Amino acid sequence: MPKTATKHTGAVADPEFQLTPEQLDLFGEELDALRERVLDDLGQRDSDYIHNILNAQRGFEVAGRGMLFLSFIPPAWIAGTISLSISKILDNMEIGHNVMHGQYDWTQDPRLDSTQFEWDTSSPSENWKDSHNYQHHTHTNIVGKDRDIGYGILRMSEEQPWHPYYLGNLLYATLLMTFFEYGVAMHDLEVERMVSGEISFADKRKEFDNIWTKVRRQAIKDYVLFPLLAGPMAPAVFAGNFTANIARNVWSFMIIFCGHFPEGVEEFTEEETENETRGQWYYRQILGSANLTGGKLFHIMSGNLSHQIEHHLFPDIPAHRYAEIAVEVREACARFGIPYNTGPLHKQFGSVVKKIARLSLP
Amino acid sequence: MGTGIMALDSLLNSPRKLTRGLLDSHLVESLLTPNPVERYVGMIDPVWSRRDVRAKVVAVERQTPRSVTLTLEPNSNWNGFEPGQHVGVTVEIDGRLTTRFYSPAGAAAGKGLELTITRHPGGKVSEHLADIAAPGMVVGLSPAEGEFTLPSTRPDHLLLISGGSGITPVMSMLRTLCAEGHDRPVTFLHFARTPQDAIYARELQALGEAHANLNVVTVFTREGTKPQHLTRATLKSICPDYLAAETYVCGPNALVDAAEKLWKRDRNADRLHTEPFTLPEPTVVAADATGSVTFKRSGIAVENDGQSLLLQAEQGNLSPRHGCRMGICHTCVCRVESGTVRHVRTGEVKTLNNELVQICVNAPVGDIEIDL
Repeated sequence: MPKTATKHTGAVADPEFQLTPEQLDLFGEELDALRERVLDDLGQRDSDYIHNILNAQRGFEVAGRGMLFLSFIPPAWIAGTISLSISKILDNMEIGHNVMHGQYDWTQDPRLDSTQFEWDTSSPSENWKDSHNYQHHTHTNIVGKDRDIGYGILRMSEEQPWHPYYLGNLLYATLLMTFFEYGVAMHDLEVERMVSGEISFADKRKEFDNIWTKVRRQAIKDYVLFPLLAGPMAPAVFAGNFTANIARNVWSFMIIFCGHFPEGVEEFTEEETENETRGQWYYRQILGSANLTGGKLFHIMSGNLSHQIEHHLFPDIPAHRYAEIAVEVREACARFGIPYNTGPLHKQFGSVVKKIARLSLP
Repeated sequence: MGTGIMALDSLLNSPRKLTRGLLDSHLVESLLTPNPVERYVGMIDPVWSRRDVRAKVVAVERQTPRSVTLTLEPNSNWNGFEPGQHVGVTVEIDGRLTTRFYSPAGAAAGKGLELTITRHPGGKVSEHLADIAAPGMVVGLSPAEGEFTLPSTRPDHLLLISGGSGITPVMSMLRTLCAEGHDRPVTFLHFARTPQDAIYARELQALGEAHANLNVVTVFTREGTKPQHLTRATLKSICPDYLAAETYVCGPNALVDAAEKLWKRDRNADRLHTEPFTLPEPTVVAADATGSVTFKRSGIAVENDGQSLLLQAEQGNLSPRHGCRMGICHTCVCRVESGTVRHVRTGEVKTLNNELVQICVNAPVGDIEIDL
């Protein structure tokens, strides 16, 4: 029986990976130095990289929508749908997610400005940046503070008390995966707190209006305007756009759930993370994240969230640098005796599914 | 109905207007949401923009070893300039968009936009442009601004004084006057280091020969036994009645200072108009908390106490958006219009000019103006 992830231990008092406060300070200093070294080195290479990805995304988008208009040739529908799926995945993951983290704010390019960027999905950037960049990245895997644990719908930790509702854990997870963009958009409404009566709908009116505007715009584009423009091809274009949105949803759900929920990832309580030092904060980010192994293309398509550990250590360093950074992070982890959770997608996702199934029962 | 048809008619008669109308339409905006139309048009035409001013470099000339003269063709968002004004030129250097201000040197009515940029040692943009500017390059522009301009009723007597690369705004004035057929006395006094450094030398000589009302004098400051500068004696010998002339001076601080002293002593400061150009300020190394923090949008200024910008804003009863308060989440990024900041953790000191900064982990060093 493998050690369960839910038997949380904590950043400071972990009996298995006991590090002294001095060691943690030293570890923190090493990572700070690594961070400064990379930030100082940012330049043309990084700007060229993200502009190449932007060009590729636009290319796939234009090609995809164009081919869907030619859907009377069946291979064109398939190719168009795949192309549009790739466009949406690139837009959301390697571009949107990373730009909104402020990874390219240093370029001073208004197209890459984290305060202005908007992405091709239902979740409005403004809401998402708060729940993701702030709440999730600052309070990573702290049960009760990191709302990404279960998204308010699922039971992802034994720390969450069981309720008969969770018998449907696998079903809810499947639905969340399929309609992930709406799940992410709704995330900020904190519906679970409305149900419990903690907050009222009026408290979330502003967020709701934002979400509704964005959801409507996205839906009008993909499900009304482009199909109408296609005339007789309308049903095919509608189906292609729908499929591309679902494909993006499923893919991003898989990558994101592999970031924090595979076997071996730690969780934390609010008490044990009070007054963390920088070293302890870094330490928690590593214990609370897991990587995915794969080739260069796989890393690009996952927005380099396959390097979730490095992303959580340095969320505002351009993500395409994580592969290089990972070499040093792994080496430091080995030296300090800190576990480094990584594996191929099928293995990591398999363990996530197992966990969702197990936690549907008390 | 009638106006609708007329509008449609004029659209159809002009393919450019039609394209523009189409790209500006709600339909296109809804189809491309959430991306701006530029994201797609840029694939074909990087100069086109709905609102931003951009320009393509169409000619490059290197008049002197230290300068480069660019002819730019701005897009349709460009509203022209008054001779003497300056424009912001934005280029990508080492992955960062960087802006510096230059005064166009051409006549105001001219079609293209002419910029002569002198290489300043350590000046990022000037060195970059002097090294790699080539036809086809695209740059960003800001609308022209500045008060250093000629009155619309052209003065009866003009004295235009410049030093080094400060020649560009007064060159623009001179070319504009010549193009207008201005026939009253104009004295053009230019200070250059050596004949090799004299920008526009040949054109100035030709203009002087062609226009009887124009007196062109170039003084070489590093020729001869002792350096030549602006003195009352020089002025008197070149333009005896300079006290009666509307005078425009642009150049290094030393030249502008000298002019201001002379005209003040003559109690004639009203006739003097100056435009000092300052090199990019050297990065402040001192980490002292001095000066004041100005929150521009709120119209509040507080004395800089050396804490992070976020803390100082909060103590000034502002509540900026923020998240982690430890430099991770970028929720708090704000635009610093001008000023220097020190990173509270790394100690890194940066001078900012209209740039985004994380206010939770940056403290001001000296005066700062922030969009909050």
